[in-house]
Amino acid sequence: MPGWFIIRLSNLLSFRLDKRFIPVFSIVMLLTIIMMIISVGYGEYPIAPLDVIRSILGIDTGNSDHALVVRLFRLPRIVLALLVGAALAVSGTILQGITRNALADPGILGINNGAALAAVALLVYFKDVPAQFLPFAAFTGALITALLIYVFAWRDGSSPMRLILIGIGFAAMTQAFTTLMVVFGDINDVQQAFVWLAGSVYGRGWQQVNMLGGWLLVLLPITFLSARYLNTLALGDDSATGLGVPVEVQRGILILLSVALAASAVAAAGTLGFVGLVAPHITRRLVGPNHEGLLPAAALIGGFMVVLADFIGRSVIAPSQLPAGIITAIIGAPYFMFLLWRYRNTT
Amino acid sequence: MIQTKPQTRVDFKFSKTWGLVFCTVILLGCLALSITLGAAHIPVGSVFAALFTFDGSFDHLIIRTVRLPRVLSGVIVGAALAVAGAIMQGLTRNPLASPGILGINAGASFAVVLTVLLLGNPPLGVYALVAFIGAAVAAVFVYTLGSFGRGGATPLKLTLAGAVFTAFAASLTSAILIMDQSTLDQVRFWTAGSLAGRDMTLFLSTLPYISAGLIGALLLGRQITTLSLGDDVAMSLGQNTLWVKLMAAFMVVLLAGGAVSLAGPIGFVGLVVPHVVRFVAGIDYRWILPYAALFGGILVTIADIAARLLIRPQELPVGIMMALIGAPFFIYLARNKVKR
Repeated sequence: MPGWFIIRLSNLLSFRLDKRFIPVFSIVMLLTIIMMIISVGYGEYPIAPLDVIRSILGIDTGNSDHALVVRLFRLPRIVLALLVGAALAVSGTILQGITRNALADPGILGINNGAALAAVALLVYFKDVPAQFLPFAAFTGALITALLIYVFAWRDGSSPMRLILIGIGFAAMTQAFTTLMVVFGDINDVQQAFVWLAGSVYGRGWQQVNMLGGWLLVLLPITFLSARYLNTLALGDDSATGLGVPVEVQRGILILLSVALAASAVAAAGTLGFVGLVAPHITRRLVGPNHEGLLPAAALIGGFMVVLADFIGRSVIAPSQLPAGIITAIIGAPYFMFLLWRYRNTT
Repeated sequence: MIQTKPQTRVDFKFSKTWGLVFCTVILLGCLALSITLGAAHIPVGSVFAALFTFDGSFDHLIIRTVRLPRVLSGVIVGAALAVAGAIMQGLTRNPLASPGILGINAGASFAVVLTVLLLGNPPLGVYALVAFIGAAVAAVFVYTLGSFGRGGATPLKLTLAGAVFTAFAASLTSAILIMDQSTLDQVRFWTAGSLAGRDMTLFLSTLPYISAGLIGALLLGRQITTLSLGDDVAMSLGQNTLWVKLMAAFMVVLLAGGAVSLAGPIGFVGLVVPHVVRFVAGIDYRWILPYAALFGGILVTIADIAARLLIRPQELPVGIMMALIGAPFFIYLARNKVKR
């Protein structure tokens, strides 16, 4: 078939990719690596790009500080930015696919805020619980919020419009509860929660990278294998049923995946808005709407976006820093406004 | 878009007039309660004494310089936001319209924070002026963005446009506050939406604008009622709809901008109050608007009392109290009052 690139290893492992996928993926990959190297080298103690690469690969640069700064302080932060962006972008791609709504986003739908509420509750009230439980708490919070939104939006069937409006309502409510906890809580725990809530990869270490990386190692492959179901669901429930897809089961699995991805990202870096909204759109323009190529490419582009946002946040008012979440919102909100205008006849 | 149930209630104006009097009495009662409650307990008797026969004693000073401005600010902020919300709901025929949801509060507060960053410590009058400009820009922008395309300004498009504008303005605001420590110091008490620490001069500097907005809104009541029936109906009744819309929008900007410059962004008052008021006042804006003003004043005063009592000796910003009350109400409206 012209325009497609097909990999067929077995019945389960067969992918049909857009021809544009491989060049686009390689170029974005290259850009991301370059951006990460620049970002690692940048800072109050600048390190030349070549020395950065050497330090990452464990080659001696003749300066013992390099290895320490790069491997202990800067690299985990930037790797985490990449992973967070990937998780949010894939989560947003799934949501946009199953709701067939171009404006769906884990942030707009209140899922991020639900995760944040549960995580703050854990940080402020259950201090003895080890940090590894943070993603589970965030996941529970996000799942409960998502379920509530779905239940409240159900009225003779669910409608994408009510989902979004009620999502906005729940976002406001969970945010108020979060602030309430912050006001009630002990000042030391609150300080910690505040840094974390702003949506930032500031001061994160390998511990968070390992945590999020572990989750993504499980969640991303499952998502990529579900890509073909996402393709059929995007045709509409009737067509998908006609093609033999168990619609409700697949949709349920995909929603769970989306919520888990958003929640694990929030657990690692707080609430970063608009990545899950914007990354799928940019990616769709580059590699087309077929989810088998869209999902991995969106993951990469989302990762690139957050690495870039973190770099801008560190450099624009150096030596102080802006959280990456603020940068993504300042860039993402105008893009959302553009989308609102572009889809003016369909919403 | 607003579902109106058939009117089964017998309505005659006499009862509505007495209703207004009754609400005024309740409002005064809430004010008295709010003034007497606090870290130092002061009996009602000395509140009156402080107001009418001021003797300079400690209690009297507390009343005059701390409690009175706070209580009065709460009343006019509540009245202003509620009336602004009622006008917006009538004008856009959208049950979710309100200064908070449509990003007007966020626009006004961003403008204020930006001014503090640029000018350092501007004179008091400037705050209100800048807040008006921010509110006006936000209103025009969100309404324009929300009304492109088929169906015009549907609740979904307006709400999304408002939510995104709020996210954008709020991020810029936090960016400024993180960048500039001294701005943060000056406005942090204010950005959470709080009535604490308002003094009489600030109250008095905002009062003329809000009063003008309230009086203007009440005078427009009849026109807004006509307009709420639809542009076509209003035009066929001989109304100059463009002029009415412009005047009404101007009142919204005066009211919302004034409220934000005094108390910071307080959400959901403008959303909740008009809906509650419609149970009592029906669909005639000549009654809705005065009732909304009174109900708004009562709601914010009670929310402020609760915000002070719940976690004594600390206190909650009244903006958070309002979000806890208002967000569930928003969900109820989105579920039941918005039709596809």
